[in-house]
Amino acid sequence: MAIDKTAGLLTRRGLLKSTGGLAAFASTGLAGKLMAQEPISVAGIYTVPVEQQWVSRIHVAAEAAKAAGLISYTYSENTSNTDYPRVMREYAESGAQLIVGEIFGVEQEAREVVLDYPETAFLLGSSFLPDESYPNLGVFDNYIQDASYLSGIIAGAMSESGNIGMVGGFPIPEVNRLMHAFMAGVKESKPEATFQVSFIGSWFDPPKAKETAFAMIENGADLLYAERFGVSDAAQEKGVLAIGNVIDTQADYPDTVVASALWDFGPTLAAALAKVADGSFAAENYGSYSFMKEGGCALAPLGTFEGKVPQAALDLVAAKEAAIKDGSFTTLINDEEPKSS
Amino acid sequence: MTEIVDILISASFWAAVLRIASPLIFATLGELICERAGVLNLGIEGIMVFGAFAGWMAVYAGLGLWPGVLVALLAGMAFGALHALLTVPFGLSQHVVGLGITMLATSSAYYAYRLALPEVTSPPRIAPFQPLHIPVLSDIPWLGQALFSQTALTWAAFGCAALVALVLYRTPLGLAVRAAGENPQAVEAQGLSVAAIRMGAVIVGSGLMAVGGAFLTMSAFSSFFFEMVNGRGWICIALVVFGAWKPGKALLGALLFAGFDALQIRLQQTPMGQVVPYQVFLMIPYVLSILALILMSRRAEVPAALMTPFNRGER
Repeated sequence: MAIDKTAGLLTRRGLLKSTGGLAAFASTGLAGKLMAQEPISVAGIYTVPVEQQWVSRIHVAAEAAKAAGLISYTYSENTSNTDYPRVMREYAESGAQLIVGEIFGVEQEAREVVLDYPETAFLLGSSFLPDESYPNLGVFDNYIQDASYLSGIIAGAMSESGNIGMVGGFPIPEVNRLMHAFMAGVKESKPEATFQVSFIGSWFDPPKAKETAFAMIENGADLLYAERFGVSDAAQEKGVLAIGNVIDTQADYPDTVVASALWDFGPTLAAALAKVADGSFAAENYGSYSFMKEGGCALAPLGTFEGKVPQAALDLVAAKEAAIKDGSFTTLINDEEPKSS
Repeated sequence: MTEIVDILISASFWAAVLRIASPLIFATLGELICERAGVLNLGIEGIMVFGAFAGWMAVYAGLGLWPGVLVALLAGMAFGALHALLTVPFGLSQHVVGLGITMLATSSAYYAYRLALPEVTSPPRIAPFQPLHIPVLSDIPWLGQALFSQTALTWAAFGCAALVALVLYRTPLGLAVRAAGENPQAVEAQGLSVAAIRMGAVIVGSGLMAVGGAFLTMSAFSSFFFEMVNGRGWICIALVVFGAWKPGKALLGALLFAGFDALQIRLQQTPMGQVVPYQVFLMIPYVLSILALILMSRRAEVPAALMTPFNRGER
């Protein structure tokens, strides 16, 4: 029974993934160039299961590239930070050309490993900037503040009370940046809006995130920024709205999730693969490939909320999106811990 | 201070306390049964993880909610049986076995999850237990929302506390369990099997722990994440000590901890939240629990034979 359902999920998602991925690669004009060569061997090392929102975006992009014949792909999930350097070495020894992953918890140890394998390209999520002393380490993060900003504009228009609740895991730069962009967006369409901000001190505690969201709703919030699993559930139960982050969860919460800021790792991976292929991979910050200009983030389709969002807000979103794409508007990047207002 | 009073008189606060306490009540009772029989069960955290997985998976695979709870219970009992086998007849270190069971159960849940769902972008959701509407009671103004807006599983948690207290103090079986943890020689002298009583207690207790885990995926939330038990099992071990190994006091401890947790979540949104770092609020339930533990445990009576293996005929 369970297997059937999974198989159904797999095909649907698989289809979406491969078509989306192909489009991403075709648009960069890489598909043809890379197709001609041997697939690049890519290995992923993740500290959490591939279901986790953030990591799922990397995994999905890599699977899409694999389906397109551009890379061979293998991965280790749920690798603990203490084990991370060993797994890096194993993949590097086994001949992986590009290793992707996240070293937020093992910054120093990972950099030591990188130096031992100068022939291998490392593209790792990191809180630090690239450093010339580690020439084969490119860093990235989900700089999707453009999409968060646009989702904020919609949120401001949809909230009646102007009281918005935000539940986060930990106040790290990635989380803070998106929260600030979202808040700036809300202010565009509802300047008098106030925010309730809480952190639950855990990445995976949906019951706690849900309890925190309940408390915010009781405290007057009529729209929630769902940074963690569990928040949309509380919104659904209490009949208020939510804005998604990184992945699109509207299918699970059709009457709750209005819009979501989506991250697409495809452009980041495509850029790295091109550089691995022509031997120019270097210590660079790939964060900018997550910008909206590069196609690294987007606002999810309104879906079930089509026609329910005020036209004025949609016009503003369209105008801002155009401005972001042509470079005339840059979304503020603020990594400070957000506070309630 | 007025904010705290406002929070304490809001019905939703009390509803949250009962919700947060429920998984702790199940697991604390489970641990309490094990310890009263003389066995420390540090497998609790892992057994909760497995229970959370097993119950949820069973419902996802098509079983009803209550059969799902039963699956979680049986899965917990299976790990309990392994724990009991290693610690009771074999008399191995209860610390090492318990931590081993936690690791085994956690990894088994992960392994089984991956086998069943090889690749999904987010864990599927089930239709969880819904709050029960009790005629008359749920409609009482404040009280109805505060106390009578809970799921059946929360009611089951309180029912369990009463049942465990009843069995422990009012039945020959309970007497035998308590004696096995206090003076196993006396149990042996009565012609009862200490090993059987202890193993039974560990198996039943582990089943309850798993139900506590299942509460998280089947009532508090609707899908399974690996780290979602998030240390609740370890809290329950402290709650047993806080409750001085008595079901009633342990229940009180679980409610108190849940109360502090529900309070800190709400305090974060008061003007205080703007100046005090959020970490301080998250710490409150733990700090206050440690303080309460110190006060309460001074008069606690530890089961005399806790963690002492019993070998028949040995002096």
